[in-house]
Amino acid sequence: MTFLFEGFLEGLQMVFQGNPAVYNAAWVTLKVSFGSTLIASLIGLPLGYFLASSSFRGKGFFTVLLQTLLGFPTVVIGLLVYGFLSRRGPFGFADLLFTPSGIVIGLVILAFPITTMFTMTAVSGIDPRAREMALTLGASRQRTAWTLFKEVRFGLISALLASFGRVASEVGIAIMLGGNIEGYTRTLTTAIALESMKGEFGFGIALGLVLLTLIFITALLSRYVQKL
Amino acid sequence: MKSYSLILSILLYGFLVSSVAAYERLKLATTTSTANSGLLNYLNPVFEEKSGVRVDAIAVGTGKALKLGQNGDVDVMLVHAREAEETFIKEGHGVNRKDVMYNDFIIVGPASDSAGINGMDDVILALRKISEKSSLWFSRGDDSGTHKKEMILWKESAISPSGNWYRGLGQGMGKTLLAADEKGAYTLTDRGTFIALSTGNKIGLIILSEGDSRLFNPYGAIAVNPERHPYVKYKLAMKYINFLTSTEGQSLIARFRMKGKILFHPHNGS
Repeated sequence: MTFLFEGFLEGLQMVFQGNPAVYNAAWVTLKVSFGSTLIASLIGLPLGYFLASSSFRGKGFFTVLLQTLLGFPTVVIGLLVYGFLSRRGPFGFADLLFTPSGIVIGLVILAFPITTMFTMTAVSGIDPRAREMALTLGASRQRTAWTLFKEVRFGLISALLASFGRVASEVGIAIMLGGNIEGYTRTLTTAIALESMKGEFGFGIALGLVLLTLIFITALLSRYVQKL
Repeated sequence: MKSYSLILSILLYGFLVSSVAAYERLKLATTTSTANSGLLNYLNPVFEEKSGVRVDAIAVGTGKALKLGQNGDVDVMLVHAREAEETFIKEGHGVNRKDVMYNDFIIVGPASDSAGINGMDDVILALRKISEKSSLWFSRGDDSGTHKKEMILWKESAISPSGNWYRGLGQGMGKTLLAADEKGAYTLTDRGTFIALSTGNKIGLIILSEGDSRLFNPYGAIAVNPERHPYVKYKLAMKYINFLTSTEGQSLIARFRMKGKILFHPHNGS
């Protein structure tokens, strides 16, 4: 245990002395996590609302499909997207493999089922009469959706946080689509994977602490947003 | 309020992403031994300074590095598996292979040395002894350069390793060494990664067999064939290869030390 502890202290020192590798990895993590959560909520919020407030043939099956996607292994997403982004794949021309944008594409696939399902659950929880009432009072469809969203903002923010936490902490997609390039696509999680490979366990744990701190700050900020 | 912050965040994100793509980038697929030892962090900034190009090093096993080159997903490779490299060139995936540097493989194991191979310089005899005694052996099992080398050595020993004593981990060199250390297993490693871990007191394994000419470990640089993949940055790749093999590159490699120890010898060394 002592070797872990000593390494951990050493790692903390590196973190606080402003090791550029740590800041770079934290920065890349924030960038790709923020970007992918944003895109995933642009898909998931409307889709979740639609699923909760309408009924159509095959809705049950579609919901089960989305629930299955919640368990999509990240390495499989990484492999699939690699196939599409590789120069030999259909989107090879865009040169997105081993770039931060490449990571974001994979992360969006990971995150949109989360934002969708959370939104659907939150909106389903509202008394259906509230929606009817809003429509009866002459609110447009968009206006109604907006009112309901405000009603369940706690649930929606949970959707964003769950998605952010998931994408910030995953490692398979980031390493397969980003390539773990130092200062460019190296995220905190892929840096931890690398440090553990090198036997620098303490430093790895210190990096893990940085990641948890980032997620903690995000949760704090969103708590503030909820109260607005 | 909400739409306002949404627009703000989109703008912010756009700004973040656009601030990234300012340099021309060269994609290098290489092995964990060159990246994790710190050699590339030492060499590449010199090249980047001179050329104004960023080198994106993607550290994987040699097998995967060659695969990335074959798919055209990288521009240049720095790898160590001579036979596989020659096949790669013969099949037309790569061009202009140049020798860059070398070090050697060693067999390491626990100090207790249950197979009794300490000091044997004939690696084939050492491997035979390990398999006779069924001493625990950890193989990379990941189609890396080191794994390819190990398989060649077993073949030369006329042994097809299998059984409880032989485990393929499917891990990189660092993890394999750490695991061998935990379990008291023997393994084949490149000297660089072993020095990196043992001088850091991460492992207690010791060198048991070294010096056989079969354990020579040459590293070569190869450019991806621009006729196969017209969009690869062939000129930059050649610039990088020429830098590595230039007098300057070679003397930089000769001067590279990790914790005071020599990890790589330049191909054109004195």
